[in-house]
Amino acid sequence: MKYQVVIGLEVHTQLTTKTKIFCGCSTRFGATPNSQTCPVCLGFPGALPVLNRQVVEYGIKAGLATNCSITPRNVFARKNYFYPDLPKGYQISQFDLPICQHGHLDIETEAGGKKRIGITRIHMEEDAGKLVHTDVPGVGDDSCVDLNRACTPLLEIVSEPDMRSPDEAIAYLKKLHQIVMYLGICDGNLEEGSFRCDANVSLMPVGSNVFGTRAELKNINSFRFIKQAIEYEMERQAEILDDGGKVIQETRLFDPNTGTTRSMRGKEEAHDYRYFPDPDLVPVIIDDAWIEKVRADLPELPEAKYERFMSELGLPQYDAEVLVASRELAQYFEDTVALFNQPKTVSNWVMGEVTRALNDDGKEITGCPVTPALLADLLKLMEKGTISGKIAKTVFDEMYKTGKEPAKIVEEKGLVQVSDTGAIEAMVDEVLGRSESQVAEFRAGKETLLGFFVGQVMKASKGKANPAVVNELLLKKLKG
Amino acid sequence: MKITRAEVEHVAKLARLELSEPELDTFTAQMDSILAYVEKLNALDTDGIVPTSHAVPMENAFRPDQPKDSIGVEAALANAPQHTDSFFQVPKVIE
Repeated sequence: MKYQVVIGLEVHTQLTTKTKIFCGCSTRFGATPNSQTCPVCLGFPGALPVLNRQVVEYGIKAGLATNCSITPRNVFARKNYFYPDLPKGYQISQFDLPICQHGHLDIETEAGGKKRIGITRIHMEEDAGKLVHTDVPGVGDDSCVDLNRACTPLLEIVSEPDMRSPDEAIAYLKKLHQIVMYLGICDGNLEEGSFRCDANVSLMPVGSNVFGTRAELKNINSFRFIKQAIEYEMERQAEILDDGGKVIQETRLFDPNTGTTRSMRGKEEAHDYRYFPDPDLVPVIIDDAWIEKVRADLPELPEAKYERFMSELGLPQYDAEVLVASRELAQYFEDTVALFNQPKTVSNWVMGEVTRALNDDGKEITGCPVTPALLADLLKLMEKGTISGKIAKTVFDEMYKTGKEPAKIVEEKGLVQVSDTGAIEAMVDEVLGRSESQVAEFRAGKETLLGFFVGQVMKASKGKANPAVVNELLLKKLKG
Repeated sequence: MKITRAEVEHVAKLARLELSEPELDTFTAQMDSILAYVEKLNALDTDGIVPTSHAVPMENAFRPDQPKDSIGVEAALANAPQHTDSFFQVPKVIE
């Protein structure tokens, strides 16, 4: 039988606050285990949580950017279960009153169209600690617990089961990833677990509209693994259904080493979380004034930027797409355009030389030694004809290495373009003088040899001759 | 009956409590009478009343996002039955 896959995603984004959601401990990644803990996040008796205001603010931001309505009255709830990484025996989360509801994102489909993916809810919650099973000497078969991550703020973003292929799931995730990065509320680091994804996957016969039983896939920490995990799960469920079997509703762990998923047995009964309002925390009231203040502070989001780059700056679709990929790259581009108002030229340089140099160097755009101001200076030198486009690339490499101003490099290295007709004419005469046979061939009709002559003159000038002048003089002498 | 013996067993299991057969009988009876008592509240008309989530009439108690000193690894681990230099040590969790 042919099946249609149905996918819903739950994304946990770790927020970039300095401190945890209910206490003042630092959220810095990679510290000595248990060094960023206090009675609140260790779950000591009598310790009281106090909500970090920034978390609410980030929640509102995320909701506005994903077209959600913001819940005016928020209540935190306790989600009860036992696990060694959860010191209190419950996780503080939100249940029936999440901060955001009924949103959506539009994704581009493979066919080139747009598809709307519903967002059911976004809620605020605390993260659990981390279990370390290996590589700690002297603990034998025991597990080690690090509670630095316990109580770190998360937003869980739950989609509707609206995706119908692994590619749609990835398109949605990338879009969401881009948005939280633009908002600056999440660092988006998948490997460090700042952006984690659980996928609910089920199959139904093609043409049906009754969803099958789903499996929840956990532990997927790269976009590539998400596709792999979903594809494996589609195959696994199809085999069961083809054999006349039934898919069991269960949690399955993705194993990146084998590309397969396996059942986490015994979790079924534990799924009874017995939520109830947390009496330690008072309700959070979000009024319109607060929402509007956050809205006013929202950065321009990737979709709007993309449209504007095409409509206002006249960039091709491809350029716009590449440049808005990250907020920092788009900012670099716009800062340069502000100083050198030729968007397409700037775009070519940012996507070309700048990106190439950064890739070779393993650096991000924020660490680029050639600042937008320096790049604009270089492009101005090129526009004025002080240097040729070819020389500009040489100067750029030198700027990247040294951080020096382009005018200084041009001066120090004597790279100023020669546009003086007299000087160029002398070089042209010299080249033509020693290339008698080629000149004869050219005059006999082999005009493709022009490139050869230009090359020779440029070589003679060490790349400094103005190519336009060289061309003009060559043609005059060869044809005249 | 407001609660069955099976439900009490389930709740005990979720709370990681091992109850003997006589204990199960005792707690089922006790919980049943507690629930019967609390059920009297259903006699009240609560239509249009927002469920109470907090006993004190207070809202929006916030903390600014400013780091405070943590208590240190040693103090954090001081009460743990078993620990290493920096980790809490617990019996292996089987998945």
